[in-house]
Amino acid sequence: MNKYTIAFLAILLVVLFLLPLVAGEYLLHMIVLVLLYAYLATAWNILGGYAGQHSLGHGVFLGIGAYVSTFLFIQWGITPWLGMWAGGAVSALVGWFIGYVCFRYGLKGPYFALVTIALAEAFVYLTSNVDAIGGAKGLEVTWLGHRPDMMEFDGKAGYYYIILVMAILGVIVTRWLYRRRSGYQWIAVRENEDAAEALGVDTLRAKIEATVLSALMTAIGGTFYAQYFTYIGPRSVFGEGPSVQILLFAIIGGLGTVWGPLVGALVLVPIAELARAKLGGSFGGAHLMLYGTVMVLVMLFMPKGIIGLAQSVRARLTRRAANSSPSAKEAA
Amino acid sequence: MFFSLDLLAQALVTGILIGGVFALLSVGLTLIWGVMRIINFAHGEFLMVGMYVVYFLVAKGGWDPYVTLLVSVPVLFVVGAAIFRLTIQPILAHPSMNQIMLTLGLSLILQNLALVLFRADPLIAQTAYSRITFSLGPAIVRVPQLIAFGGSGLAAVLLYWFLQKTDAGRAIRAASQNREAAVLMGVDVQRTYLLAFGIGSACLGVAASLMVPFYYTSPTVGLWFGLVSFVVVVLGGMGNFIGALVGGLIIGLTEAFGAAILPGSLSRVFTFAIFILVLLFRPQGLFGGSRR
Repeated sequence: MNKYTIAFLAILLVVLFLLPLVAGEYLLHMIVLVLLYAYLATAWNILGGYAGQHSLGHGVFLGIGAYVSTFLFIQWGITPWLGMWAGGAVSALVGWFIGYVCFRYGLKGPYFALVTIALAEAFVYLTSNVDAIGGAKGLEVTWLGHRPDMMEFDGKAGYYYIILVMAILGVIVTRWLYRRRSGYQWIAVRENEDAAEALGVDTLRAKIEATVLSALMTAIGGTFYAQYFTYIGPRSVFGEGPSVQILLFAIIGGLGTVWGPLVGALVLVPIAELARAKLGGSFGGAHLMLYGTVMVLVMLFMPKGIIGLAQSVRARLTRRAANSSPSAKEAA
Repeated sequence: MFFSLDLLAQALVTGILIGGVFALLSVGLTLIWGVMRIINFAHGEFLMVGMYVVYFLVAKGGWDPYVTLLVSVPVLFVVGAAIFRLTIQPILAHPSMNQIMLTLGLSLILQNLALVLFRADPLIAQTAYSRITFSLGPAIVRVPQLIAFGGSGLAAVLLYWFLQKTDAGRAIRAASQNREAAVLMGVDVQRTYLLAFGIGSACLGVAASLMVPFYYTSPTVGLWFGLVSFVVVVLGGMGNFIGALVGGLIIGLTEAFGAAILPGSLSRVFTFAIFILVLLFRPQGLFGGSRR
């Protein structure tokens, strides 16, 4: 990082932290959504983008995080600040189990995708039938008033700061791992598993590590999700729907890149939310149609996502600059 | 025993009848997988499109549900072939995950388009057949389900005959067994893919006409049936035609018996448990996959 980048990031940070002073509630809500989906996609990206194992069932981890903390909260009054770690721990354990079983038996590609989507749906039916956690009706987070110690705030600013910190930490963690042994091992597994194995990478372990970390981070996002929306139900957190929404932004922004999930969410969430606000009354689902359309178009025309497109444009520009500069010298 | 023999007899009958429909749903999916190694995540949504077409013909147009086959089958063939030509064919050579994401995107579009157009409420078509039943020993047979079973069987036999005996069918099988050899033998592989995708989708048109008399139509109806057909296809061996038929019956019976023993929708967890176990321990399916 050169000093201009550092200066830019410092100014950006200051602006981001002062934002609630000037932004209205609606704008803040929009930014919270952008950051939440960016964070979740960042968590998914560790397993899906870096380690190359495309999970279609991250709703399982989102749901566990949301349900564990909410259950602890409404049953025993345990603060979600602790509940998020409990949910994270349970989710990490489930992630370890799923990862161990799937990768131990060599599931990959479409087969792994099928198992994870089946798990996500199975969790919908499981939780729908347990009355202690609200059954199909789900759970409502009790509103205790403005209680920062219980992760409940009047207005959006409190939630904004939490998700802002989470998103920043998410990016820092992935960026840090990217340059470390784990990151290299994941990418090696993604690019060529047999070669990685031959070079002595414990591929099973690498893939399980990615699953556990991804599950943990997603679950913590799940706790935030529950506190922010104050209602969770089997279909709203566990099923195919949320699972697809989590991965969407990573795919559209750029698979396996640090900034892809953020860029994807930043570009799409506001458009979709505007569509929802304008058309939501008469056309519920319009924003999901938009997501589907963008996903199809990205797969058809820019499979490496927005970041991939930007990189190839930049590469072309530098090549053109390199080609033209000698002739420019001759002319001079 | 805390459940009666009558209940089990009923589960057996319902399971077999529904299993036949599951088999038909899955034959289309397994055909597509067998020929071009694509998992179509919008498979269930294609069925949903078909069911809306049939529902409106029956409920608003006053058609006999089984006459709607004349419309639902060609419509689904065209929808399938057109979507394949426009979206899937251009990225056939891309990594399989790209195709999965693309078909997931398609399913999002179709599901939410239906939500925008028709709202979330389930629609039930009252037909002349809907309430006819007769008893078979201790069990009650619902006639539309029996017709659906028979119709699915007939469709599967027709498709099997088509694949075995016609030139186009042989071309499809050739392309699925060995693409390069098929090309060398003068098979137009791209056209064959288009045909296979169209036929795989047309199976859903048949299923839609057979299901509307006894099943509700809603924007999310495809979600469950799509997943069921994945389960069946994996169980029978991806690309295995006969395996899909047997797998359909197995899952039909699993669901019916599960529903007889377990409360609510918990029986569906059974289906997923079988699915995950098969994927882990016999990913080639109970009867082996198609030869590559």
